[in-house]
Amino acid sequence: MPKLKTYIFVIIIFITSLSAFELCAQTVSSTELINNAKSYDGKTVGFTGEVIGDVMARGDFAWINVNDGYNAVGIWIEKKLSQEISYTGSFKTKGDKISVEGVFQRACPEHGGDFDIHAVALKKISSGRQTAEGLNISKRNFALILFGVLCLIIILSRLKRTSLKK
Amino acid sequence: MILKPTKEDIRNIGFYLGKIIVGLGLIMLIPLLIGLVACEINPALDFLIGAEIALVFGFILIKLCHTERDLSWMQGMIVVALSWLAATLLGAVPMYLSGHWNSFLDACFEAMSGFATTGLTLVQDLDHLSYAHNFWRHLGPFVGGQGIVIVALSLFLRASSGAFKLYVGEAREEKILPNIIHTARFIWLISLVYLVLGTIALGAAGIFVLGLKPVNALFHGACIFMAGFDTAGFSPQSQNILYYHSLLYECIIIIIMILGALNFNFHYQLWAGKFKEAVKNIESKAFFISIMLFFLVTSLGLEQAGIYPGLVSFFRKGFFQFISGHSTTGYMTIYAQQFIKEWGNLALAGLICSMALGGFICSTSGGVKMLRIGIIFKALFEDIKRLILPEKAIFFQRFHHVKDVLLDDKQVRSALLITLAYIILYAIGTLVGVFYGYPFLESLFESTSAAANVGFSCGITNAGMPDGLKLTYIFQMWAGRLEFMSIFTLAGFFVAAIRGKR
Repeated sequence: MPKLKTYIFVIIIFITSLSAFELCAQTVSSTELINNAKSYDGKTVGFTGEVIGDVMARGDFAWINVNDGYNAVGIWIEKKLSQEISYTGSFKTKGDKISVEGVFQRACPEHGGDFDIHAVALKKISSGRQTAEGLNISKRNFALILFGVLCLIIILSRLKRTSLKK
Repeated sequence: MILKPTKEDIRNIGFYLGKIIVGLGLIMLIPLLIGLVACEINPALDFLIGAEIALVFGFILIKLCHTERDLSWMQGMIVVALSWLAATLLGAVPMYLSGHWNSFLDACFEAMSGFATTGLTLVQDLDHLSYAHNFWRHLGPFVGGQGIVIVALSLFLRASSGAFKLYVGEAREEKILPNIIHTARFIWLISLVYLVLGTIALGAAGIFVLGLKPVNALFHGACIFMAGFDTAGFSPQSQNILYYHSLLYECIIIIIMILGALNFNFHYQLWAGKFKEAVKNIESKAFFISIMLFFLVTSLGLEQAGIYPGLVSFFRKGFFQFISGHSTTGYMTIYAQQFIKEWGNLALAGLICSMALGGFICSTSGGVKMLRIGIIFKALFEDIKRLILPEKAIFFQRFHHVKDVLLDDKQVRSALLITLAYIILYAIGTLVGVFYGYPFLESLFESTSAAANVGFSCGITNAGMPDGLKLTYIFQMWAGRLEFMSIFTLAGFFVAAIRGKR
């Protein structure tokens, strides 16, 4: 009998985890979305990547663009959810890495045919940061040498011109 | 008998080439300044190095080849062809130093794409590129669109017959004002006035409608204007225009792209209040008919594919891409792969035809150009008319292009020859693409895009594509932008150098 109970318990756990897996949105890459847009159209998907550019507030909502390393995808999100974002990717910053869950639209009727995801949930996976830019010494030295060469050429040509005038 | 080029030829070419290279070096000081303002130290150093290399080369050429002589036609054409190559090599230096391009060839590809106002890109991680480098990507088309030589003409050269030869060599056939230097400066005046207006319009939309930060709104506005008016299609973000998610922004960009596709002489007429020119000019008529015809084809294809339900999405995805292709800008509100995956063959055929035809002559756009198409069709219709009319009937063939012009066989021949050269150029790129294993339609699309200086990609153009294909596209962009004559002359010069007699 205890064995039967164990089997039933295992089966219940298995079925529950399967349904939980079903409920959870399928995480996809941007390439997969672009190449199979029709099959994902209108489905709930998960998308993970770095927030890049500006958070563009539009009324109670906002547009963010999330890059997964291959392409960036526009995410339409409630403004309050977007407030969780502290860093967006640019030259001097590494943006927050987030995971969003939402409905994917191949040609969104609400947004003039945009290829977007209407997010219902956002989770920050890791926070972004300022990226320190140290001075590249070899570039500086090379620039100084070239500056010297340039000055030399200008001085020599001036000297030549003066001697020709004389 | 072919004559070997003389030392005097080489001196003249070197002297004027040197002046143009110095001009390019001075232009690099603008992104250097932007780098300093934005506290981007290493990018600023990249431009300092780039500018110094250009100035060193330029000054050496000027000093070694100093001459007081004026340019001959052959020398002028060669100076133009070589200055574009020099601009590509030198303009690529700061790009390569940034580390955002995988190789120097990729950086050269980007530089040529920018100067030739194409817009095909091989940049890596664009979303983290510095303001300085991003500005340089967009300044390139602004300089190349008006003409690298025009920059030098406006700044350093005096009005002479040699200056006119340089101007013609850069695919500019029309003198807007009697003096060529004044013409060059007028082209800059038009461009700068539109730059201010366009940046304000896009910047205001960016701040008040899009929700961009003010600095970014103005920066993006200036960049998008420069690459839009000069029909290049570069954008500061990797998603191109899709990044902004705004109908208003797209509408402003459509206006900018159309303005960029217009002849500078046509702009001059409109500025002078001659609005009837818009209805009478053979180019505007041809452009209007071409838009109607090929948009119908593209629309039928999109309708067949059933991918954009609703008028707004049809306008923002179908019409935007179409007008972007026809003006040879290449701005996109869809992903590159969607052309092949979703658009269908008929829509792509309509788009490829419009890309191949391009915009107005003496504009910043590429392709065969509307004046040539207008002349060819005018000649065809007149010949049909000649067959129908009595044999003894005498009639003159004329068309309106700024003024009434008599149509003669020389013009028709020239239009047909250049059209043929473009068709061959499109075919060469397609064949090379097919040779490297890409499907025919995709190869044709990408090749037309490169040779007509459009900048649309269906996915072939990426850092991983074969080097041979990169070199082919670089050649196509160069030849397409300069409209062949100066490149044929350069080829002839090399043949003469090898096989010519003293």
